[in-house]
Amino acid sequence: MTTNLVARFEKRFVRGPTIDIDFEQSTAGFSVTALIGPSGCGKSTMLRCLAGLTKPDQGSIRFCNQTWFDKKTNTDLSPQQRDIGFLFQGYALFPHMRVEENIGFGLRHQSDVERRSRVTEIVKQFDLAGLERRFPGELSGGQQQRVALGRVLARRPKLLLLDEPLSALDTMLREQLRVELRQMLSEFQTPVILVTHDRVEAISLADRVAVMEAGKIEQIGSIQEVFSRPKYANLARLVGVETVLPGEIVETHEGLATVRVGSASVLAVAPSPPANLVYVCIKGEDVSLSKELNGATTVRNQLPAIIKSLMPEGPLIRVALDCGFELTALITRPASEDLQLQVGARVTAMIKAPAIHLIPRQPITADLQS
Amino acid sequence: MEWGAVWLTMRLATVVTAILFLVGLPLAYWLAMTRWRGRFLVEAIVALPLVLPPTVLGFYLLLAMGPQGPLGFVANRLFGMRLPFTFTGILIGAVLFNLPFAVRPFTAAFSGMNLQLIEASWCLGVSRFETFRRVTLPLCWPGILTGLILTFAHTVGEFGVVLMVGGNIPGVTRTLSISIYDSVQGLDYTSAGKAASVLLAFSFIVLLVTQWLGQRGEAT
Repeated sequence: MTTNLVARFEKRFVRGPTIDIDFEQSTAGFSVTALIGPSGCGKSTMLRCLAGLTKPDQGSIRFCNQTWFDKKTNTDLSPQQRDIGFLFQGYALFPHMRVEENIGFGLRHQSDVERRSRVTEIVKQFDLAGLERRFPGELSGGQQQRVALGRVLARRPKLLLLDEPLSALDTMLREQLRVELRQMLSEFQTPVILVTHDRVEAISLADRVAVMEAGKIEQIGSIQEVFSRPKYANLARLVGVETVLPGEIVETHEGLATVRVGSASVLAVAPSPPANLVYVCIKGEDVSLSKELNGATTVRNQLPAIIKSLMPEGPLIRVALDCGFELTALITRPASEDLQLQVGARVTAMIKAPAIHLIPRQPITADLQS
Repeated sequence: MEWGAVWLTMRLATVVTAILFLVGLPLAYWLAMTRWRGRFLVEAIVALPLVLPPTVLGFYLLLAMGPQGPLGFVANRLFGMRLPFTFTGILIGAVLFNLPFAVRPFTAAFSGMNLQLIEASWCLGVSRFETFRRVTLPLCWPGILTGLILTFAHTVGEFGVVLMVGGNIPGVTRTLSISIYDSVQGLDYTSAGKAASVLLAFSFIVLLVTQWLGQRGEAT
């Protein structure tokens, strides 16, 4: 008996790249995998194929012991038969139904009593009390999202698929909901696959990231692995941050946070919703190197470091450093020559406090680490 | 005014509307949703009565309904009935002639539908038919109602096809517009005037209702 979702399929388009997917995810308990990639890379198509809304041309999709799609045996379960939850980008609430009717819409086979109790439960869980009799047009964007999510989860699906869950909201709300959304999702023991083009969204919502480009999953792994160690240079550009590490805020003072990362500490501008556990994100070009400690400078973070490796990357050099945690710097070739950098040499890595970006994170649940 | 003709006309229009509701909805839904490349062919056939002179359609129907025609042969073989100059005959003619008046507004309504809502319903485990009944139909009803009203009104005013296929038999095929024509032929302008004014008022009310529905459809 397998407890995994295994998807190996191909979908061809007359225009646009062929989608060629090789994907596996554990379905035991709560976990979030983010599909990230530029628009047109096929991440939404992959989600639609999993849902049964788009039919692949080749391959198979298996969920635990159930075959959802298999070209060879001509199996193709309809979306109704797959028992999934799909959250559409624009939420797709039924405009002619009230909030409670929207939430109860998929609960056809339950008794009236059971349906009502589930709707009440969802209303409570998603903080929708008082809005039951409203129509979707009378709700704010954030409320609409909660109704849509509640409607999907009311059926207790086996797999939850989210297509750009936050993109329909304005920036302010989006930032606030990033944290809330993961909190809400974690209350259900449902595996989640979500599509996003926003790396901050991926970092704050997901446990695992799959980077897609031109129809293929190029890399899949934990957030730290994918964002800090992209396999290819073009993936590095895509994910955009060279260092993403878990850290813990130990002290906040005048808007500056002292964050423990590995065996070192850095100073960063504190995030707006204070959380203790964060992801520390540092772009390679924001790290500069010097031979010795620089006394008179405004740079807050000066970390003694050892050079682990040097890799040319176009006009730049990617320098892997150990400064109590793994840090990547991107510097120009002339700068590297001036400093006579070589593997094993001791340098000082300098990062300005505002260049360190902190993203709140939820602790990873125990069953995920196993 | 001839009450027999009024009654016959209403009966014809009601049955035609009912048939086109049942046949037209699935056809229109298919036309709106299919990505088949030959769709334009079906669309052209459906729209043909819009440009075809009623007498031409009537002429071919008359041939088809004759003893040697395919329709006439089948009707005679299966039901032992004759089609020309009967109510069933003009019913078939009116259904075909009104096809675009029902199917085109239906198709327009379905095409304007947000597909995500349909897919969302499927993903919530609701069957295709139930989705159609609970999501698509309620959201498309202004367009569907417009099609039904246009069909009804157009059948009430139908003249050419009915005359070609049905002739002018009181109580069987003599509809209101044929009775007007007949009255004028017999120089009975009073009867013709009465019937004509009833049709004028009726048509105007129908247009008012459809325009109002159209406005409501835009607003939602």
